[in-house]
Amino acid sequence: MAFLGTYNYWIFITLMMIGLYIVIVRGNLVKKIIGLNIFQSSVFLFFISVGKVSDGTAPIILHDGGEAIYSNPLPHVLILTAIVVAVSTSALALALIVRIHESYGTLQEELIHEAERAP
Amino acid sequence: MISAQLPALQVILPMFAAPIAILLRRGKLAWMLALVVTWIAFAISLVLLFQVLDDGPIQYFFGGWAPPWGIEYRIDALNAFVLVIIGAIGAAVLLFAGPSVEKEIREGHQHLFYALVMLLLAGLFGIAITGDAFNVFVFLEIASLASYALIAMGKDRRALTAAFQYLILGTVGATFFLIGVGLLYAMTGTLNMADMAERIHEIHDSRAVLTAFAFLTVGIALKAAVFPMHYWLPGAYAYAPSVVSALLAGTATKVAVYLLLRFIMIFGADFAYVALPLGATLAVLAAIGILVASSSAILQNDAKRLLAFSSVAHLGYIVLGVGLGNDAGVTGGILHMFNHALAKGAVFLAMGAVMLQIGATHINKLKGLGAVMPWTMAGFTVAGLSLIGVPLTAGFVSKWYIVTAAIDRGWWPLAVVMVVSSILAVFYIWRIIDAVYFSPPGANTENVKEAPVIMLAPLWALAGASVYFGIDSSFPASVAGKAAAIVLAQMP
Amino acid sequence: MNETWIIAAALVTPLLAMVGIGVFRNRPNLREGASLIAAAILFGLAVWLVPGVADGDRPELVLFEFLPGISLGFQVEPLGLGFALIGSFLWFITTLYSIGYMRAHNENNQTRFYLFFALALGAVTGAAFAANLVTLYVFYEALTLATIPLVTHSGGEESRRAGRVYVGILLGTSLTMMLIAIAWIWILTGTTDFIAGGVFVEDGALIQGITPGILGALLVLMVLGTGKAGLMPFHKWLPAAMVAPTPVSALLHAVAVVKMGVFTVLKVTIYTFGIETLSSFDLGRALMYLAAFTLIAAGIFALREDNLKRRLAYSTISQLAYIVLGALLVTRLGSIAGGMTIAAHAFAKITLFFCAGALMVTLHKTKVSEMNGVGRIMPITMAAFLVASLSVAGLPFTGGFWGKWYLALGALEADQIVMFWVILAGSLLSLSYLLPVAVRAFFAGPKDAPITLAGEARWPMTVAISTTAVITVLLFFAAEPIFGFLDTIIFKGTITVQ
Repeated sequence: MAFLGTYNYWIFITLMMIGLYIVIVRGNLVKKIIGLNIFQSSVFLFFISVGKVSDGTAPIILHDGGEAIYSNPLPHVLILTAIVVAVSTSALALALIVRIHESYGTLQEELIHEAERAP
Repeated sequence: MISAQLPALQVILPMFAAPIAILLRRGKLAWMLALVVTWIAFAISLVLLFQVLDDGPIQYFFGGWAPPWGIEYRIDALNAFVLVIIGAIGAAVLLFAGPSVEKEIREGHQHLFYALVMLLLAGLFGIAITGDAFNVFVFLEIASLASYALIAMGKDRRALTAAFQYLILGTVGATFFLIGVGLLYAMTGTLNMADMAERIHEIHDSRAVLTAFAFLTVGIALKAAVFPMHYWLPGAYAYAPSVVSALLAGTATKVAVYLLLRFIMIFGADFAYVALPLGATLAVLAAIGILVASSSAILQNDAKRLLAFSSVAHLGYIVLGVGLGNDAGVTGGILHMFNHALAKGAVFLAMGAVMLQIGATHINKLKGLGAVMPWTMAGFTVAGLSLIGVPLTAGFVSKWYIVTAAIDRGWWPLAVVMVVSSILAVFYIWRIIDAVYFSPPGANTENVKEAPVIMLAPLWALAGASVYFGIDSSFPASVAGKAAAIVLAQMP
Repeated sequence: MNETWIIAAALVTPLLAMVGIGVFRNRPNLREGASLIAAAILFGLAVWLVPGVADGDRPELVLFEFLPGISLGFQVEPLGLGFALIGSFLWFITTLYSIGYMRAHNENNQTRFYLFFALALGAVTGAAFAANLVTLYVFYEALTLATIPLVTHSGGEESRRAGRVYVGILLGTSLTMMLIAIAWIWILTGTTDFIAGGVFVEDGALIQGITPGILGALLVLMVLGTGKAGLMPFHKWLPAAMVAPTPVSALLHAVAVVKMGVFTVLKVTIYTFGIETLSSFDLGRALMYLAAFTLIAAGIFALREDNLKRRLAYSTISQLAYIVLGALLVTRLGSIAGGMTIAAHAFAKITLFFCAGALMVTLHKTKVSEMNGVGRIMPITMAAFLVASLSVAGLPFTGGFWGKWYLALGALEADQIVMFWVILAGSLLSLSYLLPVAVRAFFAGPKDAPITLAGEARWPMTVAISTTAVITVLLFFAAEPIFGFLDTIIFKGTITVQ
């Protein structure tokens, strides 16, 4: 079945949409960041699943020096970097949220906009 | 030989300057370090440009690892030009930064501020210089994270929400970009952009390639603030510290447009313009964006916000040129990256000087400043004329390219949009000129002094360059022409 | 060619004048001296060029490539040289006048005034000698920008508003329509050079891809885009600009700026479109009617205007329409008449403005209704006003006669009977809005007051007024050489007039 054969993409797309939906719809800034994280994670899953080779093992040289089929290690490496980036983004976002809460006293987007519009 | 290592130094110098700036723990010392490093980086970018012009593209294997294993830096006329734009704006802005940062940034944060600026520059240089698609993503995020933090350092509390908004949209854009890169990697098996460009030709029809192209363009367009994805920009530029506004306005979005051009080149201009309607889509979006943003600019009451909307409009000019997809159009677009960076850098620096002296940039507060800050305001006026696109300023030259390109393609409405938008530009620039020169001075402009020379020098350097390159445009125009030829190499 | 350096010198002179003015900003006598010397040098240089140009020389100076394939280039031809001669000569006279006016009126920021004045004249010189459309455009815009600080010189709410109108209309028309027209011409023909006979014709036929419809659209864009020519509905900037000090109104808004507009129209019809091309396709008829309408309507507006300077401004709009009309008749006579009217109107109108300024400074009178009897107090001034009025109306023994005469002949030659009557009606209109001023001055009011010279303005102003008035009369007798200068050369060998 073609549908099931590409199930990793379906999972990726579902997660991605959930993440984006939260980012767009939710008014609470923390929830927005959670949505952003889900969105980013879906992309990480996508990358890693793309690197998987059927029946491949982890790309580690075998003890006996024998031949084996490896999964592509490059996406793992890339995603390791991307995860670092995502963590920094979340950290920065949370720091901003703390500052926003200090100066506006709320994390609800509409209330913040209201406060901004008022002089 | 150190000259062989210049491509690496271009990125590494500012990157290493960042932790050192933190260790210095003193604003003044960090400023000097940042200043020296930026000027060296500017010099390197110039040397690289001339090397490229003389001897053709430069390849540099990072760490000696040849691609596809290692990361390759590849410099041609296109990104060498972008490097010079970043270097020049950085050099001018950092010279200006000293007094401005002392006033606008809290005492204990100044060295951190400079560390972030260094990271921002490292990221921007990195995006432009690298030949590896994933490396672009990493540098993109370095530059973005630095700019979110920098924007949030603005005094107004709205800077925080502006930064947050930019963070959300910027991250979405960057992640889209990452998806595109992932799909391309899956299809071509390489991350090296030159190899990608070679292999992608055989699989143009693949749906995955189309999807990759879509994700990449949307992601980059978000970063470049192409209408209607410009929502984050006005707030970010308006409430950021003056130095950051000037730096970002001159460089950040330009680099994103560069990425757009680079990926058009990778996919092939025939694919982007002929097989897909990218050109028409971009041109129409840009045209609407130009009109909407210029009109919004007229309605703003804060000079920095007004100029931010003007930035969106001018990005529209650039994207419109790119969208036209002919030689003159793309040349004009690339040239306008340079010309707009000079002019917008100058006007934001002028606003920075105003901020330093009167602590506000609301148009009502600018009344009568022409008399007390004559040099600042004269510089603003000159750069403003370039934004309008008056002859003998650089803005006219690039506008000429784009208008003739539009007529040449027979896309008349776009030519009309270009010229109508200059009228709108007259209106929004005139609002500031009117307040500055023709309104009776308000109470807040008494006892105001002219800005210090160290701020006027970079302001006038940029404004002067706007005039110089408007009179003799041959050098930037020839480089832009070469860059356009690279982008359009695959054009049938 | 050794005449090349004269062009360069002419372009540099106003800039050097600015330096001199800046250096002597605290020594008014030296400052104005710098202006006078620069004006004299500029005029001398222009005169120097006359014999060569009259013999058919076309000295050139190409500076550098400014846009791809387009250079900032200069070439002297009779029409432009005439413009430069008038501009530089009247700069001298106006500076003389300004010395009296600005000091008597105690204006602020006099250095700024003289600085931008010199800059404006630099723009005029550059435009007069422009060898291609883009160069002309560059200096056209430069003139707009250089005159903004002059228009808004006095500050205050009224000049702010005037500045907005001025900038809005002048930049609005040129940045849109004119720029598009120039870019379009560049795309269609690959050149923006001024070539005798026009750029659209090759081997007796239109260049491929160009239709009469396109040419018509280009002409409309070009003529309407030249907002400085004051065609309705883009005329409002001129009355608005009257808030400026009188020397500015006199030189810039009776001569330099407005003449730049009609000069552009003439130059473009002759050297870009080509008289022959335009007439063979009968283009520009609609524009001609617009010019005729402007001519009459502005005359009527002038009748209703009580403020003397504004009345003169509307009169200028009406006279500009004459010149545009002459250009759009697209006959040899029409173009020459246009050129002659530029000269004659320049001297006549500047005299009128000088008089208005003198009245304002000495008697503080700015309204026509206040003019009763002023001729007895300021007889020289008002006599000059009378002479200039007659010239504007185009009566014989004044310079204005020949322009109207040839224009009327040109209209008949082109079988434009309606235009012939419009020209006559316009003349009558100008008589009826200008003559009453002189009549009131001499014949109304207290009859018994003695005529004395004591009430005249300061001597530099009176000298300036008399000079221009005398030249207005002299132009009547000098018509033949001017006609010859414009005639033999513009059309030499390249255009045959049907």
